[in-house]
Amino acid sequence: MMARFRQNRWFEPALIALIIIIIGLVLPSTYYFRIATLVLIAGLSATGLNLLLGYAGQISLGHAGFVGIGAYAVAVLPAKFAVPSLLAIFCGTLVSGVVALIIGRPILRLKDHFLAVATLAFGILIAMVLNNEQWLTGGPDGMAVSRIELFGIRIRSAQSWYWISGTVLVLAVVLARNLLDSSTGRALRALHDSEVAARSAGIDVARIKSIVFVISAVFASLSGSLYALFNGHVTPDIASFLNSIEIVTMVVLGGMGSLSGGLVGAVILVVLPQALSFFHEYEHLLLGVLMILILVFMRAGIVPTLAARWARGRL
Amino acid sequence: MTLHKSLAIAAGLLMGATSLFGGAQAQDIKVGAVLSVTGPGAFLGDPADKTLRMYVDEINAKGGVKGRKLQLVIYDDGGDAGKARTFATRLVEEDKIVAMVGGSSTGTTMAMVPIFEEAQIPFISLGGAVVIIEPVKKFVFKTPHTDRMACEKIFTDLKQRNLTRIALISGTDGFGKSMRDQCAAVNAKYGVEILAEETYGPRDTDMTPQLTNLKAKAGVQAVINPGFGQGPAIVTRNFRQLGFAVPLYQSHGVASKQYIDLAGDAANGVRLPAAALLVADKLAASDPQKAVASAYATKFQTITKEPVSTFGGHAFDGLMILVGAMERGGFDPKVIRDEIEKTKGLIGTAGVFNMSASDHMGLDLSAFKMLEIRNGDWALAE
Repeated sequence: MMARFRQNRWFEPALIALIIIIIGLVLPSTYYFRIATLVLIAGLSATGLNLLLGYAGQISLGHAGFVGIGAYAVAVLPAKFAVPSLLAIFCGTLVSGVVALIIGRPILRLKDHFLAVATLAFGILIAMVLNNEQWLTGGPDGMAVSRIELFGIRIRSAQSWYWISGTVLVLAVVLARNLLDSSTGRALRALHDSEVAARSAGIDVARIKSIVFVISAVFASLSGSLYALFNGHVTPDIASFLNSIEIVTMVVLGGMGSLSGGLVGAVILVVLPQALSFFHEYEHLLLGVLMILILVFMRAGIVPTLAARWARGRL
Repeated sequence: MTLHKSLAIAAGLLMGATSLFGGAQAQDIKVGAVLSVTGPGAFLGDPADKTLRMYVDEINAKGGVKGRKLQLVIYDDGGDAGKARTFATRLVEEDKIVAMVGGSSTGTTMAMVPIFEEAQIPFISLGGAVVIIEPVKKFVFKTPHTDRMACEKIFTDLKQRNLTRIALISGTDGFGKSMRDQCAAVNAKYGVEILAEETYGPRDTDMTPQLTNLKAKAGVQAVINPGFGQGPAIVTRNFRQLGFAVPLYQSHGVASKQYIDLAGDAANGVRLPAAALLVADKLAASDPQKAVASAYATKFQTITKEPVSTFGGHAFDGLMILVGAMERGGFDPKVIRDEIEKTKGLIGTAGVFNMSASDHMGLDLSAFKMLEIRNGDWALAE
């Protein structure tokens, strides 16, 4: 009974939604809501990257670039061009999607390290533009983001942002589930296992890769927009190489090719530094040790390993 | 090792961390700080971190403030504005601090400002740029000199030397950009003309091309280099290698011994505006800052075994302003704010602070000393 329930394709999205609702009802203060919201927002970009990394098997080291585009879209457009924030979010995702499409085609033809380097260069390029075009972006010190208004209400509390981000994340997970169960999803898995075999089976490899790249860029951009609106302030750090690495780490720790893997990785990378802040000097050491432990003993990532154990009834 | 064991280790680590939450004694007054102790801003945050810990210990050893002990809560934002904001929320919501001294850079400070304004808790920033206090924000103060003052001090010195046509070479980091803009905004007031401008990236390792351009420009009488980190040291070296014969001015951003070490002999003859702290032992006995600056410098050097930098001094000034306000008005955040604004004649390492409703920094140009580097050491230029 339980096993059948678990194999239902909506099990994972439903479980994520349920957990988000329960946590939202028990969190005690704004601070906890803030941390939880940051987890959801980071989880969104990690989920997007997981489609690319975990399912299509393509590595992107420049995903923070798309996060940056989304974040600065909602910062710059309303402030400098009087575009409403909601429309600005859309503009951000549109730009990210189009950019991903344009650069995706040539970049995704590259393999292995070359692809990593090309996306890396893209991310650094975005970060440089945000740093240097001071007249537009406020330069390295960043700029303020005007609050979003929905139905005449100004949304600023961490609680509201928690529920908004939670809703967006669940929708994104549902979308990802749908994608994976479509013919594109099957093509993706074929591609992941063997590109040559997939190609010989008649799959347009370049097209599939670039679809997934665009979707993951849109997710990242959306998460950037949410982050900027939630924070009320953006700096170019958001598009930094370090941030790209953090998103990749979330996916790898949480579990590549697992729908909730990115989210679990986000929980670890956002919550742990807060929990360890009292160790101050040893914070990075402990984080590193924990990551190594996870990678050594849960090689497939947390979610796939635990799921496999659970399925075998050995947890 | 099985999965169970590895999970147990992970859980143990987490529990060890969480059990440290909230170990405060109810009687202590909590003062918060979010500093860039690690990361690219570590040279700002690290001395501030050490200074705050050192002096809070000293204050507590002497019986605290009004008989209550201070408890310091410091978080490291690693230079990331988003993290700074999260920690600021934590200080306000979870730690329930009465005031904050911190915010190492302008970026992290500006990200935290809304939280303190909303919570109505005084925030004494250690960031440099003038945007922090202009326009005035009710609960936000700062202790370092602004970049505009640095420009003004340099221009004043230029005029005394009858040099009016200059060139700028600035870093593209936050500090360099902000100061470059301020210099370009106030130069006309001092009758100084900017003939040429160049920039360099924070990680550039050779500025010879930019300097060659500036050298080729006819009529340049002096070069100003707004920037911090290693960039200015490279500029200084390249400047000498090119045999550029005009005076070179650096900013208060390089006011630490590391700059002299990095630039070596090339640093000799460079002028820069900086706090009296760097030349504490060379100040005239009549200088009002002499006692405070030497005491801080001696204590910092004795305890940390590191050369004193002005960045730690700013934290010292912030803490002293805060303690003074608490001595006068007690521990209610709103009252502390009012008392900080009333700070008058407080002698700090950066100068004499006279705050007012319209001036939340309280320093004037006299707070800056024009220094010249001679034989690898700071000297008063005047």
